[in-house]
Amino acid sequence: MLSKRIIPCLDVRDGKLTKGVKFKGNVDIGDPVESARHYYEQGADEIVFYDITASSEGRGIFLDVVEKVASQIFIPFSVGGGINTLEDMRAVLLAGAEKVSVNSGAVKNPDVISQGAAAFGAQCVVLGMDVKRVPKSEAIPSGFEVVIHGGRKPTGLDAVDWARTGEALGAGEICLNSIDADGTKEGYDLELTRTIVKSVRIPVIASGGAGNPQHMAEAFTKAGASAALIASIVHYGEYSISGIKEHIAAQGVKMRMVW
Amino acid sequence: MLAILKYRAGNQTSVRRALDSLGIANSITADPDELAAAQGVIFPGVGAAGTAMEELVGEGLDSVLKSLIWQEKPLLGICVGCQILLDYSEENDTKALSVIPGECRLFNPAWTEDEAGKVPIKVPHMGWNSVELLQDCELFQGIDPRSEFYFVHSYYPAPAEQYVIGQTTYGRSFCSVHGRRGLWAVQFHPEKSGRPGLQLLANFAAFCREVSNAQ
Repeated sequence: MLSKRIIPCLDVRDGKLTKGVKFKGNVDIGDPVESARHYYEQGADEIVFYDITASSEGRGIFLDVVEKVASQIFIPFSVGGGINTLEDMRAVLLAGAEKVSVNSGAVKNPDVISQGAAAFGAQCVVLGMDVKRVPKSEAIPSGFEVVIHGGRKPTGLDAVDWARTGEALGAGEICLNSIDADGTKEGYDLELTRTIVKSVRIPVIASGGAGNPQHMAEAFTKAGASAALIASIVHYGEYSISGIKEHIAAQGVKMRMVW
Repeated sequence: MLAILKYRAGNQTSVRRALDSLGIANSITADPDELAAAQGVIFPGVGAAGTAMEELVGEGLDSVLKSLIWQEKPLLGICVGCQILLDYSEENDTKALSVIPGECRLFNPAWTEDEAGKVPIKVPHMGWNSVELLQDCELFQGIDPRSEFYFVHSYYPAPAEQYVIGQTTYGRSFCSVHGRRGLWAVQFHPEKSGRPGLQLLANFAAFCREVSNAQ
């Protein structure tokens, strides 16, 4: 049986972490390669790098980071942020990433999903979705709307429809981020997660709102997520990945431990 | 020195990075002399079995591989490289290398993850899963039996029973490690499976060294 996955997410700008990661002893580390190694050794099942660089110069530095990561950590990792074209995908996969995540770029040009799946295989293509709760309407019957540009811009797309479209176009996985829950530390939006999990057959990664290990356990047991994305609760040294996994495994959820 | 077989359907770079991190000398090559001179050969593969076989046959590498195996050169097949050592793959209705008897089949999406039969398995089988050894295998020396490995595949190997070395459960049990001593095939990606995966690659390199020193 597959283990549920715990995936730390690192935000990178111009090749540096936007927020430092605190190791034991509270030493602040701003280097994404060091931090990735740290999580790899702690037992992260995958790592996500999110590039928030705007300039093309910063983009080059980021690809160097991806190459360095690939030579030092031996688990899958994915890269997202600013992926708009097949060429953007190719660049990060060639640099050594296992998967590439498309978000706003896919809303603007859904064909990039099918092009990526045809060129590199569906397992490489992750559809990132930022979703906001809205009143149910004819246009958004689920009450969950896809938003882009970090949640600032509504798209008029129903999240359920968009998830199904993404799956049909060839996405191998969905990373589902709740804009409402993000940063609250009050737990994932379980209703949203369950709704999307039930609508598609590809794995769904829950994202946004994790404040403690129990939140992750619930994303698995109550919402059926295949993986849980985490950021601040591990970055600031509050919890370790191994501690989180022990907590979840105690509830009968299969977790990969590092032996 | 280990050779990593160079052809277009391979993920040679990630295997090379893993070997480099272990300090194991390696070369990505399709040159028959270089392959014959290596202590062992790693045969990676990604994508579809049909395309992988076309690439191999197109480059004449199918006969190169077979003669290496006849000469008892240690070989490790990974993922699609593991699948096409068999006779046949359902993927693209592909006639494969016929080095090990058996075939490769598509996961049945009607299989279920839970005993209640309510949660159908997702295909591809993607993520971390365990391997239960049915035979002793040098590749797994020093690896904790609770270790998990990283899988990404829609088709699974089904070799003749005596070649099944290890199995994994996904809906049902399937063969995840097959072959015989010195000719091994793993369905998972050791190069992406963290410490136990690196240990497996190191074990393969050590085996190749011993065989080479004994000659």
